[in-house]
Amino acid sequence: MRPGKRHRVLPGFPLALGYTLFYLALIVLIPLSAVFLKSATLNWEQFWSTVSAPRVVASYRVTFGTALLAAAINGVFGLIFAWVLVRYSFPGKRVVDALVDLPFALPTAVAGIALTAIYAGNGWLGQWLEPLGVKVAFTPLGILIALTFIGLPFVVRTVQPVLEDLDTELEEAAVSLGADRWQTFRHIVLPALLPALLTGFALAFARAVGEYGSVIFIAGNVPMVSEITPLLIISKLEQFDYAGATAIAVVMLVVSFVLLFLINGLQIWTNRSRER
Amino acid sequence: MSIRVEKIVKRFGQFVAIDNVTLDFPTGQLVGLLGPSGCGKTTLLRIIAGLESADAGRVFLEGEDASDTHVRERQVGFVFQHYALFRHMTVFDNVAFGLRIKPRGQRPAESAIRERVGQLLDLVQLAALAQRYPAQLSGGQRQRIALARALAVEPRVMLLDEPFGALDAKVRKELRRWLRSLHDALHFTSVFVTHDQEEALEVSDQVVLMNHGRVEQVGTPTQVYEHPATPFVYGFLGAVNLFHGWVQGQHLDVAEGRLPLNYGNFPAGTEALGFVRPHELDIATDLADPSGFVAQVERILAFGSTARVELTGAHGEPRRLYEVELSRERADALNLSAGQRVRLKPARIRLFPPEQVAEVSIRILGGLGTQKATH
Repeated sequence: MRPGKRHRVLPGFPLALGYTLFYLALIVLIPLSAVFLKSATLNWEQFWSTVSAPRVVASYRVTFGTALLAAAINGVFGLIFAWVLVRYSFPGKRVVDALVDLPFALPTAVAGIALTAIYAGNGWLGQWLEPLGVKVAFTPLGILIALTFIGLPFVVRTVQPVLEDLDTELEEAAVSLGADRWQTFRHIVLPALLPALLTGFALAFARAVGEYGSVIFIAGNVPMVSEITPLLIISKLEQFDYAGATAIAVVMLVVSFVLLFLINGLQIWTNRSRER
Repeated sequence: MSIRVEKIVKRFGQFVAIDNVTLDFPTGQLVGLLGPSGCGKTTLLRIIAGLESADAGRVFLEGEDASDTHVRERQVGFVFQHYALFRHMTVFDNVAFGLRIKPRGQRPAESAIRERVGQLLDLVQLAALAQRYPAQLSGGQRQRIALARALAVEPRVMLLDEPFGALDAKVRKELRRWLRSLHDALHFTSVFVTHDQEEALEVSDQVVLMNHGRVEQVGTPTQVYEHPATPFVYGFLGAVNLFHGWVQGQHLDVAEGRLPLNYGNFPAGTEALGFVRPHELDIATDLADPSGFVAQVERILAFGSTARVELTGAHGEPRRLYEVELSRERADALNLSAGQRVRLKPARIRLFPPEQVAEVSIRILGGLGTQKATH
């Protein structure tokens, strides 16, 4: 035995770590750096004018605005959904539980066409909503609905296991101390679920920002109104403006990264304020 | 504040958890609900608290019918086996919780809350840990915090569900003593659930023994230990040597021989099961002595103030086991050795009709596990 060599119980550490790093580089880091390198073929002025064109800026607003809003809506309703699935038993519960994953499994184009068919002016729901002055298809509202649809499973599936582990004794203890339903939820249940809820929110948001297939059908892609950023990237690619496309991609990447970083920070902060 | 439950019935599907139970818990007393797991004791406690609703029957708190009162308004303090502390709150915030959530009109000022929580933490001797989180405390400390939290809202009664069940033996014993002294200082009416007979006998003013959803006996620890009303109580409260035979005048004729009875309310010729506690059996080294019966010493466990002797008899296949508890002085005087043949002489036999015993699983001889009483 060589002196100074530490023996680990778990074998294969160098190999496993080396493989992980190689894989990460190959699958994630190299393609991402390609985006930066490609956009670097533009000089600063060209880059800036591309990414700050009014139509592009409007698309950021639509993309990030609807994605955040959709994630927030899913945060609320996904929580209710998870609550119902964990806390109550009812006939068909397993079916409902399985249906939650449908937005995962469904090809996004199918989801887009289905939603458009329902919400278009002559669709099942659209024909009732339009006379009321609520236009869903081909507006940001339509985008919001599509993003809410695809984001739901993320929140449900992250909150569900945590809620299952949450001891009902905690709620009983709170109630025996005189807490009403809202106080029990606000002070006992919500703090316990918050980290999982934030994770679900972050995942739903990340998915919504990058969503393309289900959105382009229902969005109508009206410039300055209902055009999402991924669509602009595609249209630049179609015009062989590769550098322009990657420039916008870089902006999306950076903004997404910053937002996820903030959400992660929030998560660490909520974790730190409990158990230590 | 007295508690009364009247004709409580609770079913879970086909299983009858509580079968028509009527009980009184007098003001200021610490009552132990004792029984094997699944006997309905925890369910009864939860029904008193309002965490569970009975299928039939009423619960009275201080003489007023509280059956339909929500837990929130019942003003009962509940302590859980696994503490149920709020993990994301400090010890201080845990104890303050019940006060802080009171409606605006009834809520004490923050300074008053601080003072009250401080007092409670002093009471449970954990004031130094006020800013810690539950995860940083030991089991015993957590349960004391849980108790302080329940006391903060000045409950009318305290209900404790196996409060020391999750703790190790030493801490358990300390906390038992501490709970008793706390109760003597504050005199709240409390009910606690346990499956540990030693704990129940040591801590309670009154012991309620439950089995299969029914009350077997209610009494002071001395009463239930000295005068068990049913074979179940006899078997549950300690180790037992069992003798099966027929009553003949002042004797019980058993396979081992003829055992003298010191009371005779059984008619001659009746079949009966005799219960003898280990300390009620004496050992005689003189084999010529005509009373008692012969057995062989297997093991002698001598530590502390008593010595336990395990013996096997000459009868039965496998051979019957007996346990005898002697004082150290007596054991030293006898100077027993393993393999020695001696005579066992019961000083007191308690008789039960066999059909009463057949229903009940009795722990025969402590440490040998549970055996079905057979005859």
